[in-house]
Amino acid sequence: MTDLAIDVRGLQRHFGKVKAVAGIDLAVARGQIFAVLGPNGAGKTTLLRMLATLLPPTDGSATVVGHDLAREAEAVRGKIAMTGQFASLDEDLTGRENLIMLARLWGFGRRQARERARALLADFDLADAATRQVKDYSGGMRRRLDIAASLIVTPELLFLDEPTTGLDPNARAGVWRLIRGLAASGVTILLTTQYLEEADQLADRIAVIDHGRKIAEGTSRELKAQTGSGVLQVVPAAAGEAEAALAVLGEGAQYSAEGGRISLPVTGAAEARARLAALEAAGIEVAEFSLGSPSLDEVFFALTGKPLEEEEAAA
Amino acid sequence: MSDPVRTISLAHVARPQPPSALSNALVFGWRAILKFRHVPEQLFDLVMTPIMFTLLFTFIFGGALAGSPTGYLQWFIPGILVQTVVFNTVYSGMGLSTDLSKGLFDRFRTLPIWSLAPFAGLMVGDILRHLIAGAIILAIGLILGYRPEAGLPGVVGSFLLLFAIGFGWGWIFIVLGLLVRTPMTVMTLGFTVLFPVTFASNIMVDPATMPGWLQSIVEVNPVSLMTTALRGLMAGTATAAEIGRALIAPVLLTLLLAPLTLWLYRRKQ
Repeated sequence: MTDLAIDVRGLQRHFGKVKAVAGIDLAVARGQIFAVLGPNGAGKTTLLRMLATLLPPTDGSATVVGHDLAREAEAVRGKIAMTGQFASLDEDLTGRENLIMLARLWGFGRRQARERARALLADFDLADAATRQVKDYSGGMRRRLDIAASLIVTPELLFLDEPTTGLDPNARAGVWRLIRGLAASGVTILLTTQYLEEADQLADRIAVIDHGRKIAEGTSRELKAQTGSGVLQVVPAAAGEAEAALAVLGEGAQYSAEGGRISLPVTGAAEARARLAALEAAGIEVAEFSLGSPSLDEVFFALTGKPLEEEEAAA
Repeated sequence: MSDPVRTISLAHVARPQPPSALSNALVFGWRAILKFRHVPEQLFDLVMTPIMFTLLFTFIFGGALAGSPTGYLQWFIPGILVQTVVFNTVYSGMGLSTDLSKGLFDRFRTLPIWSLAPFAGLMVGDILRHLIAGAIILAIGLILGYRPEAGLPGVVGSFLLLFAIGFGWGWIFIVLGLLVRTPMTVMTLGFTVLFPVTFASNIMVDPATMPGWLQSIVEVNPVSLMTTALRGLMAGTATAAEIGRALIAPVLLTLLLAPLTLWLYRRKQ
């Protein structure tokens, strides 16, 4: 029991008639990076806000870091930290002042608070920007400061709501490194994301959420296995042979003009080998081939019957 | 960019002794003071309106209303002090609304701190605002010829009453700040209410010339009661009953709205 950082049963939150979270069970082991993946409006943020004591659930129960969410919210708050989707910082103050303020609120003395702020700013590569107002920070700096603000006291459990939304690839990679480093130091991390790649890259376990319900859960590999097949990709040596190759490969093969690539769902390596042999037998030379797992995009499609982007546009 | 991971993974920082509620409130007060330093523009708003009101009313209406600008100052300065403090309370509501719309309060709410501390901090900021604006108006008044008969004790007493008034009225806009999403709306709503309430009072003129129905409203207007008490304190003639009546509204507002604030804050989505 104690090895669970989060244990959620039948959690619900309604806003009027809308069931933002319509009954979710979740078990997050200590030390894990757990990703809640879903499109906009799936209920990810609502779920996170409930677990971070910001929003009372309509129904259901949850134990967070060993304390009942409803009855021991204060004890939960002492062990968690949350970095919201929008920087939860005072834009008028400097980065340093923000951290000192929060350290003082935690109960550090004046000198300790200053020392803690200095150490965090150095760790997060913000020492040069320490005395600048947060409103002058870039998106990546802001996000780093926001995460630093969650680490004044090392939390047992850190909530990150869409930690890299709106960041450029470089800043995103930086935040990913941070998250991995934190997890390595023993902090349990629950993050939400709408980027499949992010969940794939970071998370030990992933829960896929859609319309307030969990529609799948597992490791990235398990989720991919749920689509039941791998994907064989083939590039014929001569572009003119694509048509012939499609005919040989038969039903299910798809030609993509981009890169001249043909992709085909297969049950495994044995089938892939057989298909490649068939191409060779037909005299079609293959310049390049690969056998890979389906992407999480394809997994999401398999689970919901809708591509992720379409959902987003509808939300 | 250096790799931040290594250093962070080394540092495990434990939670210190939980601080007192007072310490939490003082940290929020410190934040309010830092804001004055970083956003000096807000002082401009704070100070220009009362200066403008004082000069306009004294020199344009003063002669007509009280025979001479100097004569009018004796009547008007305590009134404009009350009006300024009441107007000032709108700003903390706006500040709160800004904080809420930016997600800063989410962080405060996930900290194990006294729930009312952020509001107590707003009040500290308010008191500073009242003190600064009040001092400036009083200084201008003194330069122009205003003389508080009760001297320094009268001024100190008056400012204490002003703080109490500001504290009580502040709750209205804190509640509004919690309910309304945009700071601009808080301001518009605030002044829509405050203008009639401060004008339909005895701040600017003696209500004796107003129609009877209006006089009966002005008499019970909390702003009038406060202004009467403040004039009394400045002149050294205030009675306990006058001060008591001035405090009715602030006390009632605090009793009603402080619990409401806490309730709204805890429910906030």
